[in-house]
Amino acid sequence: MPGSPHARSVAIVAFAQSEHSFSDLGWTEADLVMPLVNEVLETTGLQRSEIGFTCSGSNDYLVGTPFSFVAALDTIGAWPPIAESHVEQDAAWALYEAWVRIQHGDVDTALVYGFGKGTVGDYAGISSLSYDPYYVAPLMPGDVGMAGLQARALADAGFAVDPDPTPPPPTDGAAAVILAAGDTARRLCPRPAWITGLDHRIEPHGLGTRDLARSESARQAARHAGVGAGPVEFAELHTRFEHEEALLRRELGLSEECVVNASGGPRKADPVMATGLIRIGEAAARIHDGGARRTVAHAAAGPCLQHNLVCVLEAGEAGTAGTAGTAGEAGED
Amino acid sequence: MGNRCAVIGVGQTEYRAKRADVSLAGLVREAALRALEDAGLTFADIDSVVVGKAPDMFEGVVTPELYLADALGAAGKPMMRVHTAGSVGGSTALVGASQVQAGRHDRVLVVAFEKQSESNATWALSTHSPFSASLVVGAGGYFAPYIRAYIRRSGAPGNIGMMVAVKDRLNALRNPYAHLKLPDIDLAMVEKSMMLWDPIRYLETCPSSDGAVAMVLGSERAAEASTAVTGRRPAWVHGAAMRSEPMGMAGRDSVDPRAGRDCAADVYRQAGVTEPRRQFAAAEVYVPFSWYEPMWLENLGFADKGAGWKLTESGATAFDGDIPWNPSGGVLSSNPIGASGMIRFAEAAQQVRGQAGEHQVPAAADGSRLALGHAYGGGSQFFAMWAVGAAKP
Repeated sequence: MPGSPHARSVAIVAFAQSEHSFSDLGWTEADLVMPLVNEVLETTGLQRSEIGFTCSGSNDYLVGTPFSFVAALDTIGAWPPIAESHVEQDAAWALYEAWVRIQHGDVDTALVYGFGKGTVGDYAGISSLSYDPYYVAPLMPGDVGMAGLQARALADAGFAVDPDPTPPPPTDGAAAVILAAGDTARRLCPRPAWITGLDHRIEPHGLGTRDLARSESARQAARHAGVGAGPVEFAELHTRFEHEEALLRRELGLSEECVVNASGGPRKADPVMATGLIRIGEAAARIHDGGARRTVAHAAAGPCLQHNLVCVLEAGEAGTAGTAGTAGEAGED
Repeated sequence: MGNRCAVIGVGQTEYRAKRADVSLAGLVREAALRALEDAGLTFADIDSVVVGKAPDMFEGVVTPELYLADALGAAGKPMMRVHTAGSVGGSTALVGASQVQAGRHDRVLVVAFEKQSESNATWALSTHSPFSASLVVGAGGYFAPYIRAYIRRSGAPGNIGMMVAVKDRLNALRNPYAHLKLPDIDLAMVEKSMMLWDPIRYLETCPSSDGAVAMVLGSERAAEASTAVTGRRPAWVHGAAMRSEPMGMAGRDSVDPRAGRDCAADVYRQAGVTEPRRQFAAAEVYVPFSWYEPMWLENLGFADKGAGWKLTESGATAFDGDIPWNPSGGVLSSNPIGASGMIRFAEAAQQVRGQAGEHQVPAAADGSRLALGHAYGGGSQFFAMWAVGAAKP
């Protein structure tokens, strides 16, 4: 792990995302995922059989069916059988699982993908079902109502934010990433985006126990990932609502010079469960294209930024911020 | 495999048709607190939490790890939510173990649960994508044709499934956590029960349960510290693997899936197992329908192809046989779906720790042989397994 003398350097060596759609074009999950898997394989020149581990992220409720990831698996060529897992989370967490798995040392590459068909469901209703089922979900507050509580808290705390948030349009889309370790990464990619810090933290679900003008878990994840160990040129933040940027800039310690969501961000494309992975892919793409030397990606889940993941990407693996992760361990929590 | 990883604490809830006495949070917390107590730890000692369960539609709570973070003491920690269909309990254990094997964490709490009384699992499993039609009802409707194919291929006598149903329910009488307790169970009772999905009778299928299971997985350092406090030995992970294959692929053998064989081969290679029947003292294998015992006996290499049913028939897999399968009573006796895989992993660990109580297999108690934990899911396409032992690998 970063911070350990035995850490393996791991980089993002390929990233692909769909042409996201605000209307249902009749694509299945398989239709969304397969071209992207083909694209990242082509970019790296890897054969399917050379992928050591595969992990994906999705949400059954978006299309209202159990096991929506099973159909997607049918598209990625899982034959001969593959070492594979799935999180019912944003695929940024699938990337985390794959990155941890590569640290074992016996696997050098991983394929990560996420997909979401947001256009066929009612996200306010679906998100309400992800809250405390006894006391909160029956009120059906929805993601926008919850975001409104945080926007109001931020406005009251002096942030210059609109206290009346609007959600991004429902989106269909997907993303795929290939991770590779050490020499394999150097062989597959002219400018690998090295993961020099990666961490995620959750905080209590009960909003009454949290100060909504802060995001303690985002701050913790940023510290453990070592964001502060160097300048950040570009950041891709999982800001489904505009007011979240101001808060996250502060909690991640981003300077005013740092360009946030140059890609357009989740406000312009929000395929739920791929949105966070796209942030990591976009932050990596700035390094792949030579446009930046150090970028940060952020993914979030839960009401009012309950669960936050932070990834630091660098053009060089030497002098990595992994050591900052160790410093973070010693820091106050 | 990376760094060494051990099971240092196990906690289970009582499995029941309906746990109306606890909320979802109360259910998972019950298992977690028991695992922590077994490990001599508190929530404050835990570095990371991994939660697993089957489809969210079983309880109608979407991404429930968000709501469960408070009850599982996860605030300020990393938290993951795994979902790999029926194999998820096993996969969740492996995702947690991976964090230890990677050197990322010293103590990981893994928790798997299902509170099936919140919904109707058969119909939750029959809801299919708006993009494709489904012609089956429930898991039994899906698996019955595979079982018929197995019987035809192997020439197994028709009573083998009933023998498994009786054996596992007799084992459950030794397990205080088991859901189904049928003291009068015999072949006649099974045979008389209603045919649900030919050839699966009512008493040859698993129940629908509420329940949770938790384990604390630890590094070598954490394992030594726990043992020093509790006096209980850990179960070391000797081999661990996941394998998946597509559901819809022409030529795929869904009766004897290659992913299952490959997964077992990977675990056996890591653990140095060449003769599973001799080297394992016990196996906890995901058998939701009785006939899956002979099918998995072959898939996991305990018997030659076509000969699995002969082991069952000979009594080899019974509690007093030479290779007891599901001494806890198995999935046929307790089935909170999302937890069922992890229960197998945890029961395998308890066997080699010598902590299985009345269903302790004597040959496993001295820790000289390994135990196997197994889970599968989807259309017999997702597999997760581990081999655990009392000796450090």
